[in-house]
Amino acid sequence: MMSDFLSVSNLSRSYGEFHAVNDISFSAKQGEFIALLGPSGCGKSTTLKMIAGLELPTAGKIEINGSDVVNTPPGKRNLSMVFQSYALFPHMSVKENILFGLKARKVQKQERNKRLNEAVEMVDLGPHINKKPGQLSGGQCQRVALARTIVSNAPLCLMDEPLSNLDTKLRAEMRSEIRSLQRKLGLTVVYVTHDQIEAMSMADSIILLNEGRIEQASTPEAFYEHPETPFVAKFIGHPPMNLIAFDDLLVGVRPEHIGLVEQGGLAVSVVECDYQGSETILTTSFKESTIRLSLAGKRVLAPGAAVNIQWVPENEHHFSSSSGQRIERTNSVMNS
Amino acid sequence: MSDSLHLDNYRYLLEDEVLLQVLSNSFWYAAITVPVSIALAIAMALWVNTKLRGVGLLRLAYFTPTVLPMISVANIWLFFYSTEIGLLNNILGYFGADAVNWLGDPDISLYSLMAMTIWKEAGFFMIFYLAALQTISPDLYHAAALENASRWTIFKRITFPLLMPTTLFVLVNAILNAFKLVDHLFILTKGGPNNSSNLLLYYIFENAFSFFDTAYASALTVLLLIILVFLALLQFGVLEKRVHYR
Repeated sequence: MMSDFLSVSNLSRSYGEFHAVNDISFSAKQGEFIALLGPSGCGKSTTLKMIAGLELPTAGKIEINGSDVVNTPPGKRNLSMVFQSYALFPHMSVKENILFGLKARKVQKQERNKRLNEAVEMVDLGPHINKKPGQLSGGQCQRVALARTIVSNAPLCLMDEPLSNLDTKLRAEMRSEIRSLQRKLGLTVVYVTHDQIEAMSMADSIILLNEGRIEQASTPEAFYEHPETPFVAKFIGHPPMNLIAFDDLLVGVRPEHIGLVEQGGLAVSVVECDYQGSETILTTSFKESTIRLSLAGKRVLAPGAAVNIQWVPENEHHFSSSSGQRIERTNSVMNS
Repeated sequence: MSDSLHLDNYRYLLEDEVLLQVLSNSFWYAAITVPVSIALAIAMALWVNTKLRGVGLLRLAYFTPTVLPMISVANIWLFFYSTEIGLLNNILGYFGADAVNWLGDPDISLYSLMAMTIWKEAGFFMIFYLAALQTISPDLYHAAALENASRWTIFKRITFPLLMPTTLFVLVNAILNAFKLVDHLFILTKGGPNNSSNLLLYYIFENAFSFFDTAYASALTVLLLIILVFLALLQFGVLEKRVHYR
């Protein structure tokens, strides 16, 4: 088995009484794409900054390629970083921005230009290298930031919400571009995001953080099919998983797993019908719970209408309502 | 009054040896006080921009000279410079050195004025640099730190170029001040001894109100104006191209 390229153990960071990051551990193999996912303020960016060396941990260990780097300055950790703001130097041309690191590291001119040309080619910036960042679009700035990573030749790349300043269409494009770049260069990537779609579609494994702790760490499939807590269940999927209270049980079912039936199942009443083109999101109420359904195509149902809904027992997730932990399936609520 | 329209006054500009001395003084006064106070202002701004305890007090201390009127500053510095009871000579005496006639020695008086001016101006310019420094995104410094850039590289290639718009603004102000602030001359040297510390604007004042030669004072004023216009054009023309505005 290949050893871990990046390993973070018992990492903590507190500001006075506030624990931004609370005893988290995870690791990444060489060439692995890891997403640190979570709502804002969950400690994901702080974790990334600690790996980069821009922030000091209050406790814990960070190992890169087998050596402890906690006391190593950022510039000597052999990693690159893509910032949410891109962190491009506004007064330098694209070319100077890309070359900044190589010049600071006193790389020979010939080697510098070779790497520059390769990188510019890879991210398709050819016609823009003499422009200033202010003359570029958001997507182009993003490419400059990526080119900076490419020329550094660093095996580890940290990305801090790199796509959050782009519009939806460009975001989807850049997702696959970053992913293919990462594969081509064999980069180990730690990718911070609050967007579950980015994490699900790009990452080999996801670490979901909540209030400074790891809520779940697993593959995207396991996140979708096997959420460990109601928080995870709610966080992954769009619209989020329904959580319905049945006695001492929280039953989770994804909107796309629920269908309408003529009779039987659960009797609910329609609250709202939201047509979105390829699907219709139907909001219904059942006792005190709200249940959303995602139905294919256009469906028109009047608010207040009584309908019956049903799902297959395999798509049901059970959580203890007292401990919040996942309980392996007992009996489906559909049968009772 | 017909004199004031006469070209003789302008012709005399070319022959006036005192004017030559005054222009040379003004040139050196600007050439030394402006760069030194700007360099000090940047250094102080970088220093107080860090997260240190008591940095608020430090900022206040640097800013105090700016709040004081030039006349009071000159009166304070008179006590530093005075030969018998002055602070500087007392310090020199403590180390066994000979007393210096700071304001009375023609070779030193202009430099004494410069030192005071730098003290007064640097704190003011620091405020502009401090404000500019705080608009620079910390991400830029993070990105540079990840590239293992040295502090000097970071200053030379990131901080200083991003401060250029401020530097242009400060430079214009500093040069204007070098020509138009002469209040301290009234208190400290009155341009003496033997015009060794006389500056152009003070010379204009002398001509107009001590020698009552309004006509020649007017001619001198035109000269001052031409110099200022020329300097302003030079600054914008040369520096504008090299300044990156966001």
